[in-house]
Amino acid sequence: MSIERNQLIQSLLQILPEKSVLHTPEDMHPYECDGLSAYRKLPLVVVLPTTVEQVQDILRLCHSLEVPVVARGAGTGLSGGALPNEQGVLLGLGKFKQILEINAEQRTARVQPGVRNLAISQAVDSLGLYYAPDPSSQIACTIGGNVAENSGGVHCLKYGLTVHNIQQVKIVTMEGDLLTLGNSGLDSAGYDLLALFTGSEGLLGVIVEVTVKLLPKPERAQVVLAAFDDVVKAGAAVGNIIAAGIIPAGLEMMDKLAIKAAEDFVHAGYPVDAAAILLCELDGTNAEVSEYILRVRDILNQSGATEVRTAKDEQERMIFWKGRKSAFPAVGRISPDYYCMDGTIPRKQLPRVLETMDKWSKEYNLPVANVFHAGDGNLHPLILYDANKPGELERTEEFGGRILELCVEVGGTITGEHGVGMEKINQMCVQFQPAELEQFHAVKHAFDERGLLNPGKAVPTLHRCAEFGAMHVHHGKLSHPELERF
Amino acid sequence: MRDQDISHNLQQQVIDAATSKRALHIVGGNNKSFYGRNISGGVLNVAEHRGILNHEPTELVITARAGTPLQAIEDQLSKHHQILGFEPPHFGNTATLGGTIACNFSGPRRAAAGSARDFMLGCKIINGKGEMLSFGGEVMKNVAGFDVSRLMCGALGTLGVLLEISVRVLPRPELELTLSQEMDAAHALAKLHALGRQALPISASVFDGLNLHIRLSGSAAAVNAAKAAIGGEQMQYDAVFWQQLREQQLPFFKHSQTLWRISVASNTPPLNLPGSWLYEWDGAQRWLFSDAPADVIRNVAALHGGHAVCFRAQHKPDQVFHPLESGMLKLQQKIKHAFDPAGIFNPGMMYTEI
Repeated sequence: MSIERNQLIQSLLQILPEKSVLHTPEDMHPYECDGLSAYRKLPLVVVLPTTVEQVQDILRLCHSLEVPVVARGAGTGLSGGALPNEQGVLLGLGKFKQILEINAEQRTARVQPGVRNLAISQAVDSLGLYYAPDPSSQIACTIGGNVAENSGGVHCLKYGLTVHNIQQVKIVTMEGDLLTLGNSGLDSAGYDLLALFTGSEGLLGVIVEVTVKLLPKPERAQVVLAAFDDVVKAGAAVGNIIAAGIIPAGLEMMDKLAIKAAEDFVHAGYPVDAAAILLCELDGTNAEVSEYILRVRDILNQSGATEVRTAKDEQERMIFWKGRKSAFPAVGRISPDYYCMDGTIPRKQLPRVLETMDKWSKEYNLPVANVFHAGDGNLHPLILYDANKPGELERTEEFGGRILELCVEVGGTITGEHGVGMEKINQMCVQFQPAELEQFHAVKHAFDERGLLNPGKAVPTLHRCAEFGAMHVHHGKLSHPELERF
Repeated sequence: MRDQDISHNLQQQVIDAATSKRALHIVGGNNKSFYGRNISGGVLNVAEHRGILNHEPTELVITARAGTPLQAIEDQLSKHHQILGFEPPHFGNTATLGGTIACNFSGPRRAAAGSARDFMLGCKIINGKGEMLSFGGEVMKNVAGFDVSRLMCGALGTLGVLLEISVRVLPRPELELTLSQEMDAAHALAKLHALGRQALPISASVFDGLNLHIRLSGSAAAVNAAKAAIGGEQMQYDAVFWQQLREQQLPFFKHSQTLWRISVASNTPPLNLPGSWLYEWDGAQRWLFSDAPADVIRNVAALHGGHAVCFRAQHKPDQVFHPLESGMLKLQQKIKHAFDPAGIFNPGMMYTEI
């Protein structure tokens, strides 16, 4: 153990009780990775504070010692955003589990960052309210992590992302200052730092409190399942629904491999012969849902669906969704490992993207199951691989990287809701020009002058991009003088 | 005026200004000059940088140059039975998309559907170094990089010159109607909060001192069902009413005193400040004509978790926007510096220090 590390641990023990400072490899082991388990590292030390003052003291200490800090919620993130820094402190916020205040009149809940997403909806259920964003990991993921990643879910098309559903966030800066972003109204004075902060992946500050907006539960929700013999037809059907002026609460697509895996896992009654299925959920008043169900069924039939089924009751609706929400673990059962991508594309590009992925799948000899938030264009191709086969992870990463670059090429983005983290850091060089990346660094510098918060994640250095070799594709604009600034 | 791309011309003007550290006053339709602190500086005219670049009705997105008239955007959307969900006020017929986004102006539908910032998907800007940069895009879900696009909303051009803007759009509701009931402010707020806890298709509300008006928008089935549940008298020509409210043309707005926009927690009771009041956004936005001192108004707004903006005044106070606490001001100055190191964009329009 180096002297510096010893000093750091001793200083942390001045702030925290002994049980809140973990420094043996065995104790730190559970924190070595997040949901992207292909990347693993041990930090210098793990700290588990219980008060905002402790968080402030920890950050002040790390600031003065120039020690990097990585914040972590439940560790369910899929992009390696909470991967520890080997030279830094891992700051776990899992003990901040209190729901501080529920304001039924204003329809808000003020909660600590370690409160689980689903726990918020459960706590306000009796008031007829819920918290709308519902990432698939909602049983386990925490609201602090949701804000850091600007998490989505299956209901984003109608109800928006995390950024649309929060009102105020309290953060601690790297220098240990407590700041409030947003307020109790619908807007606040000065720059909209609440928007800037949401989705900043732990690079700008540590979240210590979140006030979320709550919505009244719709009177009724109903889901229609449609089967197609061709994914392109299914994609067109999505456009036809939107063109008819209907914004479904959820609009999801799964392809053949994903259908098969989900069906074998949860027996949702999915048509396993279909090339694709769509799940279209409509919510609202009873009369409205009845009317829209009929219209959507018509549109699906006219779009060439081979079968259109409305869930006959709430139980069947839940099982239809269970199949979709279990798609990732279901795929996990049919393959030793899978790699989940998260690009977003303009929906009209779906045929081209699916066709190209299919071609590459054969080229790399790696099967792909597709799960797709079809309404908002967010694709989750799951590449099936076996980490124990030498070279297969590397091939998978290369394949995945090409998929993301394709998403950028067709006018989309490398990440719709999972974040860049460690995983997509190289693809940031494809999506953004050097000057844009420099602008991100300047924003980071405004919050964290010494660059200690989650360093190396989310925004690549120009040097890294040059090494990745992607920059030359930017119209040959990269020049050496720019490189030397980093 | 014809559609044209003058981005390189604008970029050159920014580079020149940055080199000589000359302030620029960014102007679009020049119809919102009443808003913000008065500033001086060489005019950077963005109005000629105009034209709709992309509208994909089935993708629910429109992209246009910042100088595109707001009316042209709305006309284009209207052809496809779509609307700007944030229902922005125009405040004159020269309003541009860029100016609207820079002010983050949102109208009656804001409480139900979201603000300009909520509908923002992406933008292209010129920063203070004269670099053309793109952030966000034309897709709904995009978490790559910091959310610079939304940061531009309400920044009053102080962080960069908006060149192109992509916003999400919504289908036009199948049916809209308005219900009016006479009551006092406290009852109006109580009623709105009770209704807010039910899943009803309420798209706007206003209490004008005498009557609570509630607008319903959505499918005919939903609107008609809600109509029975809410009660009240159906308003005639209600589309004109909401337009006049949005444009501040209702009789309430014909007033010589200073107009304050007070943004507070929606469930704040009627505030004890002298003047005439109008409540929007279920109580979260309150308009006040008053001669009360700025400090008094601001203290009351802050006490209820909000802030107060001096929206229109013959004699503006030195601070038009709610003063920031020192730690927050320091951070915002650093952000300004990150985008505009020479301090050339609309200096002082928001705060003297920014």
